[in-house]
Amino acid sequence: MNRSSLKHAIPWCSFLKIILPVAIIVGWEVAAILLNNPFILPRLETVFTVLLNPFSGELTFGSGSLFDNAVISLERVIAGFLVAAALAIPLGIGMGRSELVHDLFDSLMQLLRPIPPLAWVPLALAWFKIGIVSIIFIIGMGAFFPLLLNTLDGVKGVKKTWIEAAQILGAKERQILSRVILPGAAPTIWTGLRVGFGIAWMCVVAAEMMPGTNSGLGYLIISSYNFGQVPVIIAGMIIIGIIGIGCDYLFKVVDRHSFAWRELER
Amino acid sequence: MEGAGTMTLKIDHLSKLFVKGGREQATSLSDINFEVGDSEFICLLGPSGCGKTTLLRIIAGLDYPTSGSVLMDGTVVDRPNPKLGMIFQDYSLYPWRTVNENIAFGLELQGVKKADIPPVVEKYLALAGLSGFGNSYPYELSGGMRQRVAVVRALAVEPSVLLMDEPFGALDAQTRNKLQHDIIDIWVKTRKTIIFVTHSVDEAVFLADRIVVLSPRPGHIREIVTIEQPRPRDRTSVEFAKVRRFVLDLINQ
Repeated sequence: MNRSSLKHAIPWCSFLKIILPVAIIVGWEVAAILLNNPFILPRLETVFTVLLNPFSGELTFGSGSLFDNAVISLERVIAGFLVAAALAIPLGIGMGRSELVHDLFDSLMQLLRPIPPLAWVPLALAWFKIGIVSIIFIIGMGAFFPLLLNTLDGVKGVKKTWIEAAQILGAKERQILSRVILPGAAPTIWTGLRVGFGIAWMCVVAAEMMPGTNSGLGYLIISSYNFGQVPVIIAGMIIIGIIGIGCDYLFKVVDRHSFAWRELER
Repeated sequence: MEGAGTMTLKIDHLSKLFVKGGREQATSLSDINFEVGDSEFICLLGPSGCGKTTLLRIIAGLDYPTSGSVLMDGTVVDRPNPKLGMIFQDYSLYPWRTVNENIAFGLELQGVKKADIPPVVEKYLALAGLSGFGNSYPYELSGGMRQRVAVVRALAVEPSVLLMDEPFGALDAQTRNKLQHDIIDIWVKTRKTIIFVTHSVDEAVFLADRIVVLSPRPGHIREIVTIEQPRPRDRTSVEFAKVRRFVLDLINQ
């Protein structure tokens, strides 16, 4: 590659990145005009109207505003995510540090892990009825395993000599845990939090589509389907995507700031 | 720096068997028996696989002998003990802690008051020749600098004995030479007892008061060579070459 083509490489690259989204938007609008059927493919403007009025309950036909439903979904996902983290992280540390704890829990975890979180929906409804507990249960199921496995991985990945150096300097088991294992495993645990949150976010939307739920982004898009409001469905999906990307970005920023040593160590 | 106490370290008829897949047992150390005097610089020298690192780990209390024991001031060493400091080949610094925080680590563990830590850290940072690097992270330092941090981190809790497991093995020849001089300097200043594992004859002859020469598997003591040459030793001198030849012959026997 010569010098001048290198110079052009950067704008060319970003052009490549936007070409498909732009093509889809243009294609969509053209197709919408040709189809002329807002129940299959609404015009872009109608979707934007919903997106630009996130606080309006009128546009969503009584299903609550985009903003209110997004806040409700976020509250639920945070609650379910925190419950999962509170269980998975200590268990992962226990399994990583002790053969006994590992052998005790391992087979059960291997059995439960391949079950998709949404397969728990019927049982969740049977056990906890319709409501917040069921939703938190589904979210927790989604976030639990990535959290557990990453924590376990992080604890196992703590260098043996880090632990031995601490023992020689006089560390007690509790000090080894808090000053060597936890900080040493923190980057991998953080990865688990990030992946777990992503899955939890997908689960909350699905869980809110359960019968009897009457709020949240998942509810909003499923009820808009019932009202034939395709622009609201698409606007809801876009908001779901944006919140997902935004949260992932926040996790990434903290990762880069706090755990830079993981990359630089080698 | 601090007055040399009278420390005794005795390796008493120590053997180690290890289980090789199934019931088969192999001897890795066989009847190791020697005493280390106060402020003495000992090198454990042998080919790879002779068990010298295992021996050092047993002395540190990180591993167990099958029979025999390590006695420090008459007490059996059966667990890690801050009196026996150890330095690992991979430095084993905590990458999430700055240099200062790494040096302070042992002091924190021992419950030294927060206000009393910085002056001690400063003193050891200077001893390592790293003043001004206190707020750097280990990954910002060269291999040689990292190993100097590891040395003073071990020294900061004032051990009586410093155990070093091929500490310069991962470094280039030039850095290695420099650190060999540095460790002699530190040894002269602090009068610690040092037990230093190496597979380099040159390094052992340059550093040691006595070299414990180990044979290949099962590792037993072939000979303990006392080196009388005054320091600083000159690697290019005839005398140095003679000792080196003698030790090399012992190893190749």
